[in-house]
Amino acid sequence: MMRTGLWKWLAIPALLFAVTAHAEVFEKTLHNGLRVVVKEDHRAPVVVQEVWYHVGSMDEWTGKTGVAHALEHMMFKGTRSVPAGEFSKRIAAAGGRENAFTSYDYTAYFQQLHKSRLPLAMKLESDRMQNLLVSDQEFAKEIKVVMEERRWRTDDEPHSLLSEQLMATLFEQHPYHHPVIGWMSDLQQLSADDVRAWYRRWYRPNNAVLVVAGDVNAKEVFALAQRYYGGIPQRPVPPTQNFSEPPQLGIKRIVVKAPAELPYLIMAYHAPTLRDPAHDWQPYALEVLAGILDGNDSARLNKALVREQQLASSVGAGYDPLARGPSIFTLEGTPSEGKTVADLEAGLRAQIGKLAKDGVSEDELKRVKAQVTASEVYKRDSVFYQAMQIGQLESIGLSYRDIPLMLQKLQEVTAQQVQQVAREFFKDDNLTVAVLDPQPLSGKPRHMMQEGGSNVR
Amino acid sequence: MFANATPINLLRNPIAASRARSILACLSGMFRLSLRGFLHSGLLATLSGRVMAFAFVALTAPALATPHIEHWQAPSGAQVYFVEDHGLPMLDVAVGFHAGSGFDTAQKSGVAAMTQNMLDLGAQGLSEDDISRKLADIGAELDGGFDQDRAGISLRTLSSAAERDQALSIMASVLQHPTFPAKVLEREKVRLIAALKEDETRPEAIAGKKFAKAIYGDHPYGLPSSGEVATVEKIQRADLTEFYSRHYGAKTAVVALIGDVTRPEAEAIAERLTAQLPAGGASEQIPPVAMHIAASEQRIPHPASQSHILIGAPGVSRTDPDYVTLYVGNYILGGGGFVSRLMNEVREKRGLAYSVYSYFIPMQQPGPFQIGLQTKKESADQALAVVRDTLRKFIADGPTQQELAAAKDNIIGGFPLRIDSNRKILDYLSMIGFYGLPLTYLDDFPARVEKVTVAQIHDAFRRRVDPDALATVIVGAPDAPKAGPAK
Repeated sequence: MMRTGLWKWLAIPALLFAVTAHAEVFEKTLHNGLRVVVKEDHRAPVVVQEVWYHVGSMDEWTGKTGVAHALEHMMFKGTRSVPAGEFSKRIAAAGGRENAFTSYDYTAYFQQLHKSRLPLAMKLESDRMQNLLVSDQEFAKEIKVVMEERRWRTDDEPHSLLSEQLMATLFEQHPYHHPVIGWMSDLQQLSADDVRAWYRRWYRPNNAVLVVAGDVNAKEVFALAQRYYGGIPQRPVPPTQNFSEPPQLGIKRIVVKAPAELPYLIMAYHAPTLRDPAHDWQPYALEVLAGILDGNDSARLNKALVREQQLASSVGAGYDPLARGPSIFTLEGTPSEGKTVADLEAGLRAQIGKLAKDGVSEDELKRVKAQVTASEVYKRDSVFYQAMQIGQLESIGLSYRDIPLMLQKLQEVTAQQVQQVAREFFKDDNLTVAVLDPQPLSGKPRHMMQEGGSNVR
Repeated sequence: MFANATPINLLRNPIAASRARSILACLSGMFRLSLRGFLHSGLLATLSGRVMAFAFVALTAPALATPHIEHWQAPSGAQVYFVEDHGLPMLDVAVGFHAGSGFDTAQKSGVAAMTQNMLDLGAQGLSEDDISRKLADIGAELDGGFDQDRAGISLRTLSSAAERDQALSIMASVLQHPTFPAKVLEREKVRLIAALKEDETRPEAIAGKKFAKAIYGDHPYGLPSSGEVATVEKIQRADLTEFYSRHYGAKTAVVALIGDVTRPEAEAIAERLTAQLPAGGASEQIPPVAMHIAASEQRIPHPASQSHILIGAPGVSRTDPDYVTLYVGNYILGGGGFVSRLMNEVREKRGLAYSVYSYFIPMQQPGPFQIGLQTKKESADQALAVVRDTLRKFIADGPTQQELAAAKDNIIGGFPLRIDSNRKILDYLSMIGFYGLPLTYLDDFPARVEKVTVAQIHDAFRRRVDPDALATVIVGAPDAPKAGPAK
């Protein structure tokens, strides 16, 4: 079971764990608008540099889906002074690791190295912030790689396919409707010009945050940042459109057929995103609720549906309130042999109903909060993850400075609040149900699947 | 271990693992290159799959301190490896046994994995719910590790007295007094069988299973690590108790600890976790592997849009004198992320695949040498030809001086990243202990890497990898094999 669901592309760690000790965080904004955030952590002589651009696939337009991610791939294909492939070679020769990732909300690049190699990483990263060359020839090869990535990640992965279809159904007007990697038909028509235009439009110091974490001195990092990034000219950032998803008008159901053995069910409810860490309360209550349903192996869903009733071979609940766009709360699972997705849906609905009716116990509440507290300590074992959190929060309109407040708010959630959000958000008009109908590898139909679940309520 | 480190134990889903998934979900999101191998990290993560290719150890300038490892034998007979570190108020403990699927038999394939899976699903005086609830109450995380050689459990807890004591008390019960409740076993069998059936439809899983069989034949390394539907159906409670008492003895246990405790505390903890383990645990050996296989190629139809290709043969054992040479050489061939020859030929030059790699997994007995990639069906034969040409040329000519220098720069220069967290150091402690490597293993490695020459790599690859004696598995194969040179 996956507590946070299968939202690979939601790409945001659950708020439950979005906590850090951050007394050692320093920040500065360069004259060109680049924000620099430094987290000092002296446990090991390593450093991670991350540059987060505040642009993701949700800023794409129809017919050009996948362009944000395609550019991310092209960012390794050379500048005027660093030929294609050289970026990776130089980082590797410095003993470093590097990669990049794209989500709905942002696009980020990082390198992990011995602390003495930070200047090299900054030199290379600042160079491609302004000097990228996208050649037609390199693009023609790389877009094939992206299509292979799509086949591997989505087209041949039944659960990913189901998630993709779910998002396309759940969000009709908001751009979360489109997959981050892009629709295959768009990828086939995407051009090097599209990628170049995307780069020119969005990549600039005043649309990014630079996060450095590790065994460094903040003052020295600021000086290095000034040296390598300070000369990049500031340019106006086009406004991003504010999309919203209108209220759903009734339950939606979809079925996806794909080669697989087991059926699979996802129930997704629209849910609030954390916007105002000080005054919002529902996201915190929903986060605690997710922990009560699925925070450990004896939490409600696993205990009731896998262990006791044996309705499911796995179940999970997921909620992520950290995003630029709207959030969702998901319940998902695989029915046990002999059980149908309708049985499982009924079982999940019963759990939700019980929550709304009877609320939660103080013990359950305390347990989730203890896990939050411990996770805050464990997280400090990874410099990389600490930097990830800072970059993520900064990229979605929140701040690392909100972390202690968010932690405190989680600790203050009451049993009554948990019950209240269960009542408010788990409504049919707010729900999309997606079902994977497994097909035999031979391509011949296996059985008629029982569609829908309205008959079981 | 095979294919790409799909979670070996299909049933494990402890909180730590799901947390790792959610955190790292960002990474597997839309990565330029997937880090899947890194993500499925359990207790014995450094052992499994692609992680191995990355998680090796080298050393940089002498100024860099490796952790100070203390080692002793507990009164129980267990070997203990300890690093005292008061940097964070937490403690990591792992206990490993010679109890992996390499100790399964064809008739009872899956018993080893099920034994490990059931450890925390019932212990003396504790139901499965008690176990998970009491751990969650204090924010402790219990995780499992399992591969062909090893099985074990790891714990992460706050080091404050009350939390630590409760967490260790549960770990001690789970390790020393598991009850293997029959009812729970029946349920877990049903769940596992469902997962195994699902795996039989997944091209990656099909390829991994066929590949293991192709290179290991009847050797236990050729068995699927979680068993097969037919053998899992037959597992009885007695199989588990019997396997447990044979393989979970104190005398072969390895306890690794890192964190906020003192040496005397660590001594007491190690004893507390192992004193009441079964008396048995005589070290049983995994049988030797037949090293030379005949060339083979299996083309298995699948409706997926991509072909999943695996190529390889038995490789090296953990203590093989060629291992370091092969490790460095493989960095150049297909281990070095974006800069390897395979990556360059298959992805960078031709755009044929998102991921292509090669690795040696060093095990007790020779683990596999494996090359893997996925490409759309129509490209499968072309990609296969490119891979074979690249391998052949590498074996025939060896690497260049320049490539070797770059490999050393990366492996040695990147050493600090390999020991930059307690979690990673814990995995090294477990590995050093399990394979009986010297305590100076981490310190020695750089010198060993530094000494590797072009001629040694050339020689070792020629002796150890015969391009005319490799197994090839293509799942989702193009309809008709086409012969033709790489373009």
